[in-house]
Amino acid sequence: MSNVATTPDSADSGLTSKPARANKGVPNSSAIAFRKAKRRRTLEWIAVHSVGLAVALVFILPFVFLFLTSVMTDDQALSSNYWPTHWVWSNYRAIFDVPGFGTWWKNTVEYAVLGTLLTVVSSVPVAYALAKFRFPGRRLAMMLVISMMMLPPQVIIIPMYLFWAKQMNMDGTLWPLIIPMAFGDAFSIFLLRQFLLTIPKEYLDAAKVDGCGELRTLIKVVLPMAKPAISAVALFQFFYCWNDYFGPQIYASDNPAAWTLSYGLQSFHGAHHTNWNLTMAATLLVMAPVIIVFFFAQKAFIEGVTLTGVKG
Amino acid sequence: MSLAPALRRKRRKELATAAGFLSPWLIGFGVFFAYPLIATVYFSLTHYDGFNPPSFVGFKNYDYVITKFPFFWQSVRNTAWLVVVMVTLRTIFGMGIGMLITKIKTGGGFFRTAFYLPYLAPPVAATIAFAFLFNPGTGPVNHYLADLGIAHPPGWFNDPNWSKPSLVLLSLWGIGDLMVIFMAALLDVPAEQYEAASLDGANSWHRWRYVTLPNIMPIIMFAVITGVIQTLQYYTQAIVAGQVASGQIGGSGQQFEPGYPNGSTWTLPQLVYNIGFQRFDYGAACVVSILLFLIAMACTSLLMRRRSGLMAED
Repeated sequence: MSNVATTPDSADSGLTSKPARANKGVPNSSAIAFRKAKRRRTLEWIAVHSVGLAVALVFILPFVFLFLTSVMTDDQALSSNYWPTHWVWSNYRAIFDVPGFGTWWKNTVEYAVLGTLLTVVSSVPVAYALAKFRFPGRRLAMMLVISMMMLPPQVIIIPMYLFWAKQMNMDGTLWPLIIPMAFGDAFSIFLLRQFLLTIPKEYLDAAKVDGCGELRTLIKVVLPMAKPAISAVALFQFFYCWNDYFGPQIYASDNPAAWTLSYGLQSFHGAHHTNWNLTMAATLLVMAPVIIVFFFAQKAFIEGVTLTGVKG
Repeated sequence: MSLAPALRRKRRKELATAAGFLSPWLIGFGVFFAYPLIATVYFSLTHYDGFNPPSFVGFKNYDYVITKFPFFWQSVRNTAWLVVVMVTLRTIFGMGIGMLITKIKTGGGFFRTAFYLPYLAPPVAATIAFAFLFNPGTGPVNHYLADLGIAHPPGWFNDPNWSKPSLVLLSLWGIGDLMVIFMAALLDVPAEQYEAASLDGANSWHRWRYVTLPNIMPIIMFAVITGVIQTLQYYTQAIVAGQVASGQIGGSGQQFEPGYPNGSTWTLPQLVYNIGFQRFDYGAACVVSILLFLIAMACTSLLMRRRSGLMAED
């Protein structure tokens, strides 16, 4: 950028022109440099935006294909046409006639709503204590939270399954997935704690001076300030439950009445293996709530991702 | 250590308050972390089919899984392949998209949403969608490739040589989370450093190499290590892609054996599922669990040692 100002030809044009005209039509050296920089910026703008647009289209294209296929007829979904000849909107009604689909919706909503509520209620106080209390072993506790967060679920699934199935007699239900969420979720605790660290201590001290106990401080002072982090945690947990496949497969696979959408969806495909149009309609319907919720809560969600990304 | 009684009482009260706030997690830690970890070690040393009581067999399960179980080494190789290729490409691609988005001046909201949405798609739905798009016979991708004159397009999820690369493509589609993390990190790089570098005559490559890269290095490490841990858990996409591509029904039938096609998508987590819940050999399944645990913990300790901010105090 810095060497543009002193190119020979720009110096030339400054010399050959009359001083009076230099102010009007004929550009002086700095004007040329400015124009060059401007052209460079325009070219860069075009390059960046066309690359961006090309990549963005590739990202969006699968959604477009899903949608187009979901409103095709059976035969056409298998053909080489990209554009539906008839728009068969009734595909979206037809999938609700598939036995179980309605029940899976109900189960998924129950799992996601209950799971989210329990996670938030149980994780907030833990995160608060880890962020703001001084007690021996808080570093160790934090290390254990991170270890739990990083542990692949398959590591402990055998004893967990045996516990819920043999001791508690709860296999064939989603309770083995919901109940643990009442005891704090490591990822949520971690994310909330990272956020709570950023709340200045003065606020909490002020509350204490006013005679608030820890619990009152948490409810009256911390909770209102932590709303963005709490909504991020709630969203993450909601999506986690909504998307969970492994959990329902382990505990509920033998009982279709307890399946969730994520688990039921692939059997839906199996039962209708040539009906790509219906399968795609169902697939989009399962994606829809997640995407709708995201559009309403974009900001909280992105903040949450950034918060877990950890400042360098 | 002669604290005044009043101070000691205060300390004890503080500790009791902390314990009160931590109690839900303390119970959860014991019941859903410490106990099952110890139990996994114990079960790995027993023969247990879920009906007869577990009987102690020493290291027989280890010997069985590592030297005799047909899919063990294949799972190890596949998992290692996925860890190397997927994590490398995801990190580079996530950083690339993050850099692209920070350069975009017009319509940023549209671009961010476009790059982010696929990350939100439920894994099962995304996998079914890709299995449809990449279906060798009827999918639109191969139709397009045929239109472009490619006579022998890949078999994608149905071809053992292409099944893992197809899974990588699926995972690159869901890069949104990494994009956001890299975007935040790139915007955090102090502008003065770029100015100083420019004054010293640095071109754009130099600026990237000596200013951007060192500044985002912690985030790259974070992305790599969490990426490895995520890939070690890789399960849903691999098993669903196999089921949909093979046309075999999953669900309550439970007869689908992972790894389709030709064992190319076996991973360690599927091995736990297969040995434990399809073959009912809980002891042998725990051997694989322990292997996963050791690798995951090695990565976690790396992550905590690096000053990645995970353990940040206030």
